[in-house]
Amino acid sequence: MAIVIVDYHAGNLSSVLRAFGRLGADARVSDDPIEIAMADAVVLPGVGAFADAMDYLERSGEAAGIQDAISIGTPFLGICLGLQLLFQLGDEGVPGATGDCTGPVRAGLGLFSGQVRRLTSTRLKVPHVGWDTLDIVPGAEEHPLLLGIPWGANVYFTHSYALEPNVNPRIVLAKAHYGWSFPAVVGAKRVFGTQFHPEKSSAVGERLIANFCAIVEEARSSGGEFG
Amino acid sequence: MLAKRVIPCLDVDGGRVVKGVNFVDLVDAGDPVEQARLYDAEGADEVVFLDITATSDDRATTLELAARASESLAIPYTVGGGLRDLAGMRAMVAAGADKISLNSAAVENPGLISAASAAFGSQAVIVAVDAKRAPREGEADRWEVYVAGGRRATGIDAVAWAEEAARRGAGEILLTSMDRDGTKEGFDIALTRAVARAVPIPVIASGGVGTLEHFAEGILDGEADAVLAASVFHFGTFTIREVKEYLASQGICVRLDF
Repeated sequence: MAIVIVDYHAGNLSSVLRAFGRLGADARVSDDPIEIAMADAVVLPGVGAFADAMDYLERSGEAAGIQDAISIGTPFLGICLGLQLLFQLGDEGVPGATGDCTGPVRAGLGLFSGQVRRLTSTRLKVPHVGWDTLDIVPGAEEHPLLLGIPWGANVYFTHSYALEPNVNPRIVLAKAHYGWSFPAVVGAKRVFGTQFHPEKSSAVGERLIANFCAIVEEARSSGGEFG
Repeated sequence: MLAKRVIPCLDVDGGRVVKGVNFVDLVDAGDPVEQARLYDAEGADEVVFLDITATSDDRATTLELAARASESLAIPYTVGGGLRDLAGMRAMVAAGADKISLNSAAVENPGLISAASAAFGSQAVIVAVDAKRAPREGEADRWEVYVAGGRRATGIDAVAWAEEAARRGAGEILLTSMDRDGTKEGFDIALTRAVARAVPIPVIASGGVGTLEHFAEGILDGEADAVLAASVFHFGTFTIREVKEYLASQGICVRLDF
């Protein structure tokens, strides 16, 4: 088995695949729910819009595969939209949506409570595109996912939606500040998400992916039990 | 804080890196992907591949370049030059390009900008504007849009065109001063500032960099969000690290942890 990168047919996954490949990880792209459910680790990349992605994941059975994998302690990394989909609600791509989940919404995978809303600012440019700093929260500096990544490290963001700040603070490992302070890295047990793109974040991103691979290795050697 | 970006541009012809002076007199050197990897290691925030003589025959070469870049680079990259329709752009995005840059085709058919931003998101759509000074009676600071690699004047006001591109969903404007390109006299600051103030999206200043001070001027005086250069990096006049350290010394927020 391998690290499975979930293909929901919304875009190119080669940069994510190669980011793992460069580190010597056995990673492959798959849209097979069984393969996802049985993977050593699952990576949900960020391409497309919230509603379209959830529609496809549910229709294809991939959402169930992801839920199965997570339920047995399989390490999971969601990137950008892949982080957002871990939460309860979003309205990107929903007809008639207001952008702040006060109108029509779409349910996400719902592993964590919280919702995703459109970045709005009269002062700042949206989408939030470019290199921005990670505000690693006190106590998360030694988290296995963030080892070797200093406070204030620059990572590459490109997004128009972000988590509202009122998610459970215990799952927030780092924040970024743009419009408001939104969770930029979340994690609980072996389920992780990054709002930025580690596969586009040069050396810092590579370190995060290497850290995730180490978590996967540790999980594999401990037989899938939660550490 | 969102960092100001330093972007090396690689002009590509037939799969090889070239750099023109005032858009002519090309000098060949190097594999674009290898060169881009070097820039990545040196701290480039993004890379732009500009296919300068793209014709339909070159499409396959450029697609192959985009695919190879996606395998090799750990930073975002843009592919531009010769993109004429949604299918061509879709193929480039499918090959792994983070952003595509539209130029002449967008001027001929502005609807292409709207279609591209609907299909790939604004963040993936750059509109490249090649502008040349065209002062008029009572309007000294006026620039005209040129297309076809700077060969053909359009009569369109560059600032107004940038505004329209933004309205139609462009995510960034890549603004090149035709007067300055290749001269090493610095960016056209008045042009850069006029466009940066007119549009609500990031502006990448391009054309004319010769000194470290020029980079800082583009950001501090031109109000650009990013600075792009080709020859000073290509010929090793400066490394990207040197540029970024200089910008930081001028109080500009840049990414230095690479």
